[in-house]
Amino acid sequence: MAITQPTFTPEAATPRRNWQLPLLLGPAAFWLFWFFLVPLVVILIYSFLTRSATGGVDWIFTLDNYARLLSDPIYVTILWRSVWIGGVATLICLLIAYPLALFIILQPAQWRSFYIFLVLIPFWTNMLVRTYAWMTILNNNGLINSFVTGLGGPRLTLINTEGAVLLGLVYGQLPFMVLPLYAAMDRFDFRMMEAASDLGANMWRAFLRVMLPMTVPGIAAGSVLVFILSAGNYIIPALLGGNKVTMIGNQLELWFRTAQNQPLGSAAAVLLMMMMVGGVMIYFRTTTEDDR
Amino acid sequence: MAEETLVRPLPQATTRPASRTRWGKRALQLNAFFAYFFLYAPIAILVIFSFSNSSFAGVWGGFTFDWYIRLFQNARLMEALRNSIYVALISTALATLIGTLVALGMERFRFKGRTSFDAVLYLPIVIPDIVMAVMLLLFFSTALQLINGLFGTALRMNLTTVIIAHVAFNIAFVAVVVRASLKSFDWRMEEAAQDLGANEWETFRRITLPLILPGILGGALLAFTLSLDDYVIAAFTTGPGFSTLPIEVFSRVRRSITPEINAISTIMLLASVLLVVASQLFQSRQQR
Repeated sequence: MAITQPTFTPEAATPRRNWQLPLLLGPAAFWLFWFFLVPLVVILIYSFLTRSATGGVDWIFTLDNYARLLSDPIYVTILWRSVWIGGVATLICLLIAYPLALFIILQPAQWRSFYIFLVLIPFWTNMLVRTYAWMTILNNNGLINSFVTGLGGPRLTLINTEGAVLLGLVYGQLPFMVLPLYAAMDRFDFRMMEAASDLGANMWRAFLRVMLPMTVPGIAAGSVLVFILSAGNYIIPALLGGNKVTMIGNQLELWFRTAQNQPLGSAAAVLLMMMMVGGVMIYFRTTTEDDR
Repeated sequence: MAEETLVRPLPQATTRPASRTRWGKRALQLNAFFAYFFLYAPIAILVIFSFSNSSFAGVWGGFTFDWYIRLFQNARLMEALRNSIYVALISTALATLIGTLVALGMERFRFKGRTSFDAVLYLPIVIPDIVMAVMLLLFFSTALQLINGLFGTALRMNLTTVIIAHVAFNIAFVAVVVRASLKSFDWRMEEAAQDLGANEWETFRRITLPLILPGILGGALLAFTLSLDDYVIAAFTTGPGFSTLPIEVFSRVRRSITPEINAISTIMLLASVLLVVASQLFQSRQQR
C-alpha cells in the first residue's frame, strides 16, 4: 500500500505520554464492553439455558439448544436455505459486479467518478426503501401483474417466493460487491496486461492468469460482505418472502418476540455469528497471502 | 471495506489499454447498461408512482401531489421522523467523538493487546444486524429487569436504548473511516509543529484536526445515514410507543402498499442522494 510514501512510524516522531492512551481508547472500550461484549456473554449464557414453561428461562445448563438446531429438520431447512440463498445471491452479484467494475475502471478518469457515483447512490439508500420498490413491482396487484392481467393474462405469483427473495438480495447487495472490486482493480497495474500480451498471452489468457488472481482480495472482500449481508438478512426475506420464505434472521425474530424461546434463539444467533466470523477469517487469510 | 473506496485518492491517469477486442468491449458495455438499468428502474418506478392519483401502487391514476401533502399532515409519521432525527443526531455525535478518539489511539500507539482490541472494535461491523439486535434486546431486557428489581424503578426500553445501540455499532464505522484518513496523514507534520514550539494540544488542534477533519466528517455522515436508515436494531431495542421512521414505514409496508409509502420513500431517497453528494464533497476536499 505505502509504495509511494516512505514508511514512517508515528511513535518514533514524538515521545507520547502514557496518559494519552487510556484517554483515547477509554470511551470506546467502555461502550463496547458494556454494550457489546457483555451482551455477547449474556447471549452465550442464554444459549446453554433451558426454556421454562412460562417462556422465561430455567438455570439448567444444557447443550440441547444446539443439538436441536442441528437435528430438527425444520431448523436445518431454515439454516440451509439461508446458506444457499446467501451463496447464490453472492455468486450472482459477483458475476454482474466484476464486469461492471471492469467497465468502470476502463473509462476515462472524469467518467469513472460519475459511474462510481451511480453505484454510491443505491449504496447509501435505505434498504427498506429499495426493497419496497420491488414490492410495488412484484405484488399481486403490483406493476407486473396489473400489466399482465391488463393484457388478459393470468395473475402471477411473484412475491413471497424464493425467487423474489433472491432477486431482492441481489438488488440490495450489488453495490456492496462493486465497490471492493473497484478498489482492487484500482490497485491493479494495467501495464501488467500489456506485459502479458507482449509475452504472447491473448487478452483472455492474460485476464485469467494475471488480472483475476491479482484481484482476488477484492473478490474475497466483496463476497464475504455480500454473503454476510444476505444470509443474515432480515428485511428482504420478511418483505419479499412473507411467511413463505423464512430465513435465519426471520426465525430469530420469531424466537425472541413471538415464540418466547430465548435459549433456542440465542443458540441460533451464536451459531450465525460463528459462521460470519469464520467467513471473515477466511477472507483475512486470502488477503494476507495475496495482498501483502 | 467499502469505505476505503470512499476516501481513497483517485489513481494517477495511466494509459489503460482498452480491452483489445471489440467483442469484449461490447460485452462490458452491455453488462454495465443492464446493471445500471437493474439498479435504477425500480427506484424510478417508486418515484413515479408516488405522484399517482390512485390508491393502488401499481396503477397509474393521473398526476397528483396529494400523497406528499398527506404525509406532512400525518402526526404519527411526523413524530416518527422527529424521533429518527433525534436518535441519529445524538448517536452520531457520540459515535463520532468516541470513534475518532479510538482511531487516533489505534493509529498512534502500539500496545499490548492491540490486535484483540482491533478485533472487538470491528466485530460489530461483521456480525449481521439481526444478531446485534437480539443480543441487545436480551441484554437490555435482562439489565432493566435487574435494575428495576434492585432499585424499585420502572425503567423501560425507549429511544435512549436505541441511541445506545446505534452508538455501539457506529463507533466501528467512524473508526474505519477516520483510520483510513489517518493512513495518508504525514505524522512528521506534528513533529514539525512541535519543533516550532507548539505544545501537543496546539499541535492537535491546529495541525492534526484540520487535516483529518474531512475524514471525521465523512465518518459522521456515514454514522448519521446508518442510524437514520436502521430498522432492525431500532425495532428490537425500542419500547412500545417509541417509533422511528423506518419502524413506522416497515409496519405500514407489511399491511398494505399505498402511494403514500412511495412518497415517504421518495423523500428518504432524496435525503440519501443529498448525503452522497455531501460525502463526495468531503472526499474531494480530502484529496487536495
